[in-house]
Amino acid sequence: MEITAIYYLVPALIMFCCGVYGFITRKNMIAMLISLELMLNAVDINFVVFNRFFYPEQMEGMFFTLFAIAIAAAETALAIAIIINIFRAAKNIDVRSLNEMKF
Amino acid sequence: MESLGSLILYFIVALSMIVFSVMAVTTRKILRAATYLLFTLFAAAVVYFMLDYEFLGAVQIAVYAGGIVVLFVFAILLTSRPGDNTERLTSKSRLLGAIAAVAMLVVAGYALVSRTMVAFAAKPAMEAPDMDAVGTALLGTGHGQYLLPFEAVSILLLACIIGGVVVARKR
Repeated sequence: MEITAIYYLVPALIMFCCGVYGFITRKNMIAMLISLELMLNAVDINFVVFNRFFYPEQMEGMFFTLFAIAIAAAETALAIAIIINIFRAAKNIDVRSLNEMKF
Repeated sequence: MESLGSLILYFIVALSMIVFSVMAVTTRKILRAATYLLFTLFAAAVVYFMLDYEFLGAVQIAVYAGGIVVLFVFAILLTSRPGDNTERLTSKSRLLGAIAAVAMLVVAGYALVSRTMVAFAAKPAMEAPDMDAVGTALLGTGHGQYLLPFEAVSILLLACIIGGVVVARKR
């Protein structure tokens, strides 16, 4: 048995769908951010797999993943700063109850 | 043809990736969700190592597992009591999420399977990119080299530091 591209793409696809499910059903903002990270990571795996299996002489997919990781780190740090600020103002981080822009 | 060891490693990694990502979005304790996310990120790092991108796997462990998950744990402990369960999901929102996820799975899965040439391509031989090649590509200005995105990311991280301080400081 040989491990071909689809053996990596299917777990990544299932991971992405878990992210979609979590992003829609979760109410806690941090849990939504965790689902977002799952989706980002699934896409990163896809970049790397397509790079490795179809263009092994180039490194485009690898560098896309590298920059995606850097941007995900920046985005998470900023989102968590915003979430903590919201928690300080509103005392909870449930998206369904945050319906005012100004406290 | 793969060796038996790499097959066993592949099945462990694929199974843990699927199981932990499902558990990360279905568990009701938020701190456990962060822990399952950590395991999923480790499985992704192992995938990068299996595909010969050692530098990428190291970056994945250092930045994601070492940085982002720690940030998540801090934020969770600051905003909620660790023992709390999140409230039970209504069946309506669960149904909505399941429909969206399954629709996504069906469409993308069909697109994958219908292109059998793509899906069942064998892994070509490749020499693993060493640090010399990675560094040259990252700091060069020629074709297929990435100095400009590298500098753009450095500006982005600087803006992110300033933004984080401004947003989260005490007034």
